[in-house]
Order: sequence, then structure tokens, then C-alpha cells
Amino acid sequence: MPRLVNTVARETSFYGAVAFFVILAAFPFYWMLITAFKTNPDLYNVTNIPFWFNQPPTLEHFRYLFEQTLFVRWMLNSLIIGLCVVAITLLTAIPAGYALTRLSGRSGEALGIGIFLTYLVPPTLLFLPLSRVITWLGLQNSLWSLVVVYPTFTIPFCTWLLMGFFRAVPREVEEAAIVDGCSLFGAFVKMVLPLSLPAILTVIIFTFTLSLQEFVYALTFISASDQKPITLGVATDLIRGDIFFWGEIMAGALIASIPVAIAYNLFLDRFIAGITGGAVK
Amino acid sequence: MVALAERLQARRSRFEFVFDRPRVLGTLFLAPAIIYVLALVGVPFLLAVYYSLSAYTVYNPSYHFVGLQNFIDVINSGVFRRTLANTFIFTFGSQILGLILGKFGALLLLRPFPGRKIVRALIILPWVVPIALATVAWEWMFDSLYSVINWTLIALGIVTRTDAPNWLGDPGLAMLSVIVVNAWRFFPFAIVIFLAGITAIPQDVIDAATVDGAGFWRRNYQIILPMIMPIVVVGLVFGLVFTFTDLSIVYLLTNGGPVNATSVLGFEGFQVGIISGDVAHGAAISLFMLPVLFILVIVMLRFIRRQEI
Repeated sequence: MPRLVNTVARETSFYGAVAFFVILAAFPFYWMLITAFKTNPDLYNVTNIPFWFNQPPTLEHFRYLFEQTLFVRWMLNSLIIGLCVVAITLLTAIPAGYALTRLSGRSGEALGIGIFLTYLVPPTLLFLPLSRVITWLGLQNSLWSLVVVYPTFTIPFCTWLLMGFFRAVPREVEEAAIVDGCSLFGAFVKMVLPLSLPAILTVIIFTFTLSLQEFVYALTFISASDQKPITLGVATDLIRGDIFFWGEIMAGALIASIPVAIAYNLFLDRFIAGITGGAVK
Repeated sequence: MVALAERLQARRSRFEFVFDRPRVLGTLFLAPAIIYVLALVGVPFLLAVYYSLSAYTVYNPSYHFVGLQNFIDVINSGVFRRTLANTFIFTFGSQILGLILGKFGALLLLRPFPGRKIVRALIILPWVVPIALATVAWEWMFDSLYSVINWTLIALGIVTRTDAPNWLGDPGLAMLSVIVVNAWRFFPFAIVIFLAGITAIPQDVIDAATVDGAGFWRRNYQIILPMIMPIVVVGLVFGLVFTFTDLSIVYLLTNGGPVNATSVLGFEGFQVGIISGDVAHGAAISLFMLPVLFILVIVMLRFIRRQEI
């Protein structure tokens, strides 16, 4: 009997602890969700129980967001920025990752670590000179400034990620292609690239989400409302005067969060493998 | 047909020296990435150093060299010293809190139980959702009037409406708030890192230790922790770098206030260099991050390298 009590107590405390972690992690998002669907009189009444609807839910905030604000424009901006950054990153990081694993011999690994370390150079160290560079390029206050700047962190990260994947491709694959008359370049294009499609997909997902998550450069370079990416627009542009439109802000934050949350949950293991790189075999 | 084949043959041979030599092709493959990174990370970095030694402002873009004067000005300012202290409190406070939460969370998720996948997906949210958006949700939760946290505290009878805490308006509480939000953002990452490390340990190592009589704590701190050290250090370096240089949480939650109580290096550099347009002093403030970053990078290198031997 005491054994049973013990087991029950252990199980209860275990699930209690799990519940604590889930609530801690997810409550702000629950709060986003419920705020986005609440009517204003319900939101701004301190006597109401805030955790649930005291009045029927409404789509008013979403309607306002899509019809009266630049929200759709921000989504479009983020899409354009994301796609361009993905293109630049793929074109530079795939060849670089391959060269560093296969073509550069022993110096490749060291150079690879060097490139990866630039991922650790923070935006807050570079935003002042980069904002000058952006001005020289004539891109100030334009979403294209972010297209130029974001690859500075996606290229290092993705090159490192790809190095890990290319290392796992057996050398025999290229050797067989070369014996069959391919050039080195041909072997890379015809044999290695098709084999690395999962890796390339991972790179696309992470480049896109990294560019969606970025805030500091966007805040520094862009002040025109219609050029803002979605994260910046929702966080800074839905406040008129001193008044925060919490329903609209939370609705916007919710919509912008969902794709990133799904993408990460699907690709989490690969992200961890990439970020910890050589630390785990 | 034959002619076409011959032409192709000829074209191939013309480029053969590029396509068939690893050195040449390797250099060609590497060039775009290296040039991009050098042009937009290397050059701006040198530019930042140069700005910090000049009297450059947006309004008076002169490259007049002033030596270390900017750094002296910055150190002599009370706001900056406050900022520097804040940065360390913010970084270590949130990292320690995040690591503790991460370690316990990892222990929980290690055990299989029904619904673990969903639990993991929910717990990972704070780290994957763009931090600017999550911070805005926290700002709403810390609202001076409609704070859900205060509502709960009042409902539980812990405080009354008149003396409810003003989370972002009181200097001490504001610092606590930014630390909590950053720890909240970081702990799922810590969980994932711990889990990745622990699951990489072969089960027979742990079994052998158990057979030899090692208890729970002993297994944890003398077997598991040393084995997951490399991956934990790499993760920790990431956390430290991104926290130490962070701007978004402080900018959105407190805007450095009240009265600089939560101002951190990244925020102050932004405030001086971008908002006030004093690029020279802003660059000097940002460069104060360098020594810490340098140390962290060396730690990181030691652990990446060690694994290769």
C-alpha cells in the first residue's frame, strides 16, 4: 500500500511539473490567442475573468487588421525579403559548404569554423556601420536593405549546416561519377546535389525563418511603414499615439508566429545538429 | 548531331581546367560566400572601429580622428556605467534562470509519457516564435492596468488593486521583467541542448555506472554532465552571445526605462548611434561588447576543436 501511494505521488508530481512547464511556455501564446478574439469591452474591463470569453468571441480585430492597416503589405514584404534571402543564401552557401568539405583540403575545416564564427558577430555591433553602408547603396528605408544584410548571418549559418551534410555523402558517389566521365563540377551537380535535397530544404526553411525572426536590423534601417517586414510592423506600427490596440497587435502576432512555430517543430532536430555542429558526433 | 557533340566536347575541354581541378573549382565555389561575408561583416566591423575613433555624427559626417576620446567620454558617463552593469545582470540573471529551467525541463522530457511530442512542441514555442512578437505579448501581460498577472495575484488575495506591482514602471521590477522574459525565451533552447546531449550518450555507459553503484546524483554530475559538456558549452555560448548583445526585448518592453534602469549595451548603442545620430559614441558603446564576445568565441573554439582530435 505505501508503495502505491508513493507511485501515485511520484506520478502526480511528475505530471504537475510537466504542466508547470507547458503553462510557463505556452501561456503568452494562449494570451495572444484569446486577446485576438475578444471584444474590446471584454478586454478592457478589470472585473471580468480574463482567462476566458465573458462576451462572445469576435473577428473584429482580424477584420480591422486586414482592412485598415498595412498588415497584408507587411506579410508581402516579409515574403519578398524571405525569398530573396533564400535565393542569395542557396547560391552562395551550397557551393561554399561543398568546397569547404571536399575541395579545400585540410584548410577547409578551419576556414569553415571561421565562417561559422561570423554568425556570432551580433547585429548590435554592426548596425551602425551597416546603416551607413545602406545609405551609400541608396537603400535606406527600403526593404531591399534587409535583402542585402540578412545573408550576413544566413550564409555563415547555412554553410556550416551544409558542411555537416556534405561530409555525410560518401566520396564514392562522386568518384563513380568521375570514372563515368563527369567532370568534378558535373559530379557535384548531377550526383551530390540531388542527394542533398533534404539538406537544401532544411536550409531554405531556416533561412526563411531566421529572416522572419530578425528584428534589430529591420528596426535600424526601416522607418517607413509600408516597407516594414511583418515582425517589425506588428511590434511597432499598430500603436497610434500612446494607445496600444492590443486586440489587433495580438491578432497580427498570432498570424506571424504560426508558420515559424510549425516550421521549427518539423525541423528542430536538424537545427540542433547544425547549431552544435562538430560538438557531437 | 555529330557537330553538336563535337561542339559540346570542345566547350567542355575549354572549361576543363576549371571544372576538373579541385583547387580552382574550390576557390570559385568559396568566393561568393567569402566576398559577401567580408564585404558586409568584415568591412563594417573595421568601419565600426574607425567610427569609434572619430568624431563622426550623422549631422557632421567628418572623419576627424579623435583617438580614444570617445571611449573616455563613454566610460565617464554615469548612464553608460549603469548600462554596463545592467548588461551583466541581465545576461547572467536570465542565463542562470534559463539553464535551471532547461535542466529540469530536460529531465522531465527524457522520460517517455503519452503526449510527449505535443508537450515538446508547446515547450519549444518561446524560443522559435519571433522574439519581438512574443515580447509584445509579454508587454500586454505586464500592462499597468490590465495585467493578467496582477489580476491573478489580486484574485488569489496576494496583493490588492491599489498596491498591485507596476511591472515595467518600477526600476527593480522592470529589470526582473526583462530577465524573466529573456529566460523564458532561452529555456526551451537549453532543454533542447541538454536533450540532444543526453540522448547522444550510449545507454550502456549509464547502465555500467548504475551497476557499479553510482546513484542518481553521481550519474548526473560525474558521468552525464562531463559527457554532455561540449554540446552544453556550445549552446551556452550561443545563449550568452545573443543575450549579451540583445536589443529587442529591452527596446520593446521597457525602452531602457524607467530612467535607464534596464538599459543594456545593445540598446544604448542604438539609442546614441541611431536615434541621436552620434555614430562615433554609439560605435564606441557597441565595441565594449568585443572583449566579452572574444572570450566566448575562444571558449567555443576550444570545444569545437577538441572534438576533432
